[in-house]
Amino acid sequence: MRKPLLALAAGLLLAGSLSAASAADKLKVGFIYLGPIGDLGWTYQHELARQALVKELGDKIETTYLENVPEGPDAERAIEQLVRAGNKLIFTTSFGYMDPTLKVAKKYPNVHFEHATGYKRDKNMSTYSSKWYQGRYIQGLIAAKMSKSGVLGYIGSFPIPEVVSGINATMIAAQTINPNIKVKIIWANTWFDPGKEADAAKALIDQGADVIMQHTDSPAAMQIASERGKLAFGQDSEMIKFGPKTQLTSILDTWGPYYIERVKAELDGTWKSEDTWGGLDSHMFAMAPYTNMPDDVKKIAEDAQAAITAGTLHPFKCPVVGQDGKEIECKGGANLADGQILGMNFYVKGIDDKLPGK
Amino acid sequence: MELVEAIILSVLAASTPLLIAATGELVTERSGVLNLGVEGMMIVGAACGFGGAWLTGSIFIGALFGIVAGILMSLIFALMALGLAVNQVATGLALTIFGVGLSGLIGAGFVGERISPAAHLTIPGLTEIPLIGHVLFGEDGFVYFSIALIIGAWWFLYRTRAGLILRACGDNHVSAHALGYPVLRIRTFAVMFGGACAGLAGAYLPLAYTPFFIPGMTAGRGWIALALVVFASWRPGRLVVGAYLFGAVTILQLHAQGFGVGIPSQFMSALPYLATVIVLVLLSRARTGGSTAPAALGTVFVPDR
Amino acid sequence: MQLVLEKRTERSNTIALVSPLIAIGLTIVTMTILFAILGKNPLLALQAYFVAPLTDGYSLQEIAVKATPLVMIAIGLSLCYLANAWNIGAEGQFLIGAVAGSWIAVKTQGTDAGAWVLPVMLVLAAAAGALYALIPAICKVKFGASEILTSLMLVYVADLLLDYLVRGPWRDPNGFNFPTTADFDPVATVPVLIEGGRLHLGSIIALLVVAAAAILLGRTIKGFEIRVVGAAPRAARFGGFNANQLIILTFAVSGALAGLAGIIEVAGPVGHLQPGISPGYGFTAIIVAFLGRLNPVGILIAGLFLALTFIGGEQAQIAMKIPLDVTKVFQGILLFYVLACDSLILYRFKLVFPNRQVARGAG
Repeated sequence: MRKPLLALAAGLLLAGSLSAASAADKLKVGFIYLGPIGDLGWTYQHELARQALVKELGDKIETTYLENVPEGPDAERAIEQLVRAGNKLIFTTSFGYMDPTLKVAKKYPNVHFEHATGYKRDKNMSTYSSKWYQGRYIQGLIAAKMSKSGVLGYIGSFPIPEVVSGINATMIAAQTINPNIKVKIIWANTWFDPGKEADAAKALIDQGADVIMQHTDSPAAMQIASERGKLAFGQDSEMIKFGPKTQLTSILDTWGPYYIERVKAELDGTWKSEDTWGGLDSHMFAMAPYTNMPDDVKKIAEDAQAAITAGTLHPFKCPVVGQDGKEIECKGGANLADGQILGMNFYVKGIDDKLPGK
Repeated sequence: MELVEAIILSVLAASTPLLIAATGELVTERSGVLNLGVEGMMIVGAACGFGGAWLTGSIFIGALFGIVAGILMSLIFALMALGLAVNQVATGLALTIFGVGLSGLIGAGFVGERISPAAHLTIPGLTEIPLIGHVLFGEDGFVYFSIALIIGAWWFLYRTRAGLILRACGDNHVSAHALGYPVLRIRTFAVMFGGACAGLAGAYLPLAYTPFFIPGMTAGRGWIALALVVFASWRPGRLVVGAYLFGAVTILQLHAQGFGVGIPSQFMSALPYLATVIVLVLLSRARTGGSTAPAALGTVFVPDR
Repeated sequence: MQLVLEKRTERSNTIALVSPLIAIGLTIVTMTILFAILGKNPLLALQAYFVAPLTDGYSLQEIAVKATPLVMIAIGLSLCYLANAWNIGAEGQFLIGAVAGSWIAVKTQGTDAGAWVLPVMLVLAAAAGALYALIPAICKVKFGASEILTSLMLVYVADLLLDYLVRGPWRDPNGFNFPTTADFDPVATVPVLIEGGRLHLGSIIALLVVAAAAILLGRTIKGFEIRVVGAAPRAARFGGFNANQLIILTFAVSGALAGLAGIIEVAGPVGHLQPGISPGYGFTAIIVAFLGRLNPVGILIAGLFLALTFIGGEQAQIAMKIPLDVTKVFQGILLFYVLACDSLILYRFKLVFPNRQVARGAG
């Protein structure tokens, strides 16, 4: 009994080393994921992009990922493990990997790194992120049109600039349709707890909100809105399956084109450190089809999308007025400067709530 | 729907998985066994429960899958902690690590799928009564079952001879053994009951709460169930109060935010835990004669022969 | 057929040595089957888990870095558990230590504060961890409130406090509002031992802690008291030992060690305070304490071994594309086997074929 098993194992070992040898001349590309690949949200979208990458360039590259890597002391090791396994281009896909990525980048100057949503760069470390607030602006228009109660419900994860700028863009847009529109904001203090996200959605609906927006990752809120016959927007991924009569649209993280472009650059030897903050024009994210709304609303949304893509409409066009009624200093000419949006730490006029930590 | 009624409905839904899991753990602990693996059993129950319902299209069969999965997990615990006299704290923690991994493997097959959630009761004429109609006559089956379960557990523990024997095992396994009761067998059944409840509580999440499966979706509810048992000082009546209180604080802090109450949300999130500590201290203080924990809780028992 | 345990008249030292080997053997057999089912080459997989991380200096350093907080916390917990005091809130004490130490680091940031900063951080973190651990200990001694529950509840409170601080008052002013403090100054950082690596002074401190615990338990009256109170509470009462005092003491010591581990992790491998500094160290350390049989040297070995499975799990994910969930299942199975085999030290396993209805007579 034992001998055949050993022989089998030896055979497998041989086969394994053979396939490893043939893969040696391919470019190795590594990914660090925050969640499980099946989270249906943030990590899932990165994983879909990796699969798109493999589909496009699979004959030239070999990809590896580490999932569920916490943003603490383990991250640096995980990244370095990928380097030591021979990966030459590594995507670290969460804000919390910023310092670990930088540390490893300094140690391995010949390896290239791509860090999502951060702001620290180096000769061999790029950053990339999306101007999601553009999508939020479109959602704000739709929401104001579709809301009968005039109250929007917003589930936030954490009050970081990415989320705050999304809330502001939503309200700026909504006020152009209905100056008296209200938004109720609940911070779930988690990116990911379907039960809690569902509870938050219920609370918002019970308090009179009839359009639910979320900046957390699971489809729980969509599904609650669907159960209650309300409307909602998806987040990160296509969530229409969870609310066929509910989803108005969804901001889809479409990292695929970016990943393919960067890997191609690496293959050509033209990769260099860059800061990519892409919007609708550069396809860093996409809007899911506009559904469950009348044609006139759909047209407003499509027009806004076209204008933003063309660069003729900017959600943070000056003057932007803060909660206290004072104008925000306009550092970017006609619009708020990118730095002001990336570090956004105030609510605009019309939001009754108080920003946590202020 | 009125706001008060809506809040009560949300609280009931949020409390139900806690109540079910905690009822199981209460009976387990009353027999003298501390199983810290509730979270692990719950998440496997969630994965199997969803899988069952997705494959068969039946919520009921899904719930059964969850129960069976929970029982199988608890049998690993029983084999280790009762059969082999291994430390219960360590075994329970190991069971949770194992369960989290196992549920991920099981769940990989149906990530992104959805089912239609458990139906809610409707009795024409009754469900429409304002304020109490939906609360009393419009819940899903799990909610009613959880209440029946805790009443059943109370009746069993305090009104039946078997319950008396089970409690005796928890208070003094040496005497119980000397009286001729099969301590280990009784404890095994108690552990299995705990597993069944944890599995069902886990299954409740993808079957009724959010009808899809995502790895890690129990998000610490198993640990809260454990805390509730101690909070309730091992009494079924107090367990009901505790579970609904905990659910209420969770839901109310969300509502307070919606109304724009300007307290740091971290503080509000910390409230249930702080409240538990304070209530526990007050309860322990008011009590005379020390703790009401089952005296043999968590200790190893190996019958002499 | 029934499995029956029979108490050995004295603990078997042979089995004490052999049992981990049996456990590892059983794990390898089980995992070989599991890998085969998953269609992965078992030999390569096991090599990635157990052998690859031991073959180069980098991985060895990483194992030591990962094991450092686990060992430090587990040593403190073992003292508690030996004295029958159930501290399962080490995670919270770890976080509070990290917060308290970081306070100095944040307040001295950018000043010309000298070499005193790091030592003060360490001391303050240990003190804060001890004080935080004293809350459940005092609630237990004064009011009889279960320390298992109170210490566990306080974990969440500590976590949320840290969260509040780094999102509010201590947030890095140049950090685009992201929830983290600025990077600590060099004087507030735990020095690295080998240039270019991550092995840091904390690992030496952990070794000292192991040695100190071994001396405490083996050579001192206090250590004897701790063991007697835990093993034979009645005898201890006759001996005039004060169990309550020992609960306070062991909780304080374990809180201090957890707090120290917290600040070392923050001022070492992480370099700043942020949410998520602990991937559950406080809970994993409970398992380490039991795997190490509540013995200081055993804990050291157990900590290193568990760290090996984490590093190996990553290498298996990279080299073999084995999902992380398999690593968790693998860790669970390994823990089951190790714990079960340890049971052999105290008991003999016997299979009994039931022909007996006698024993139930008195029921």
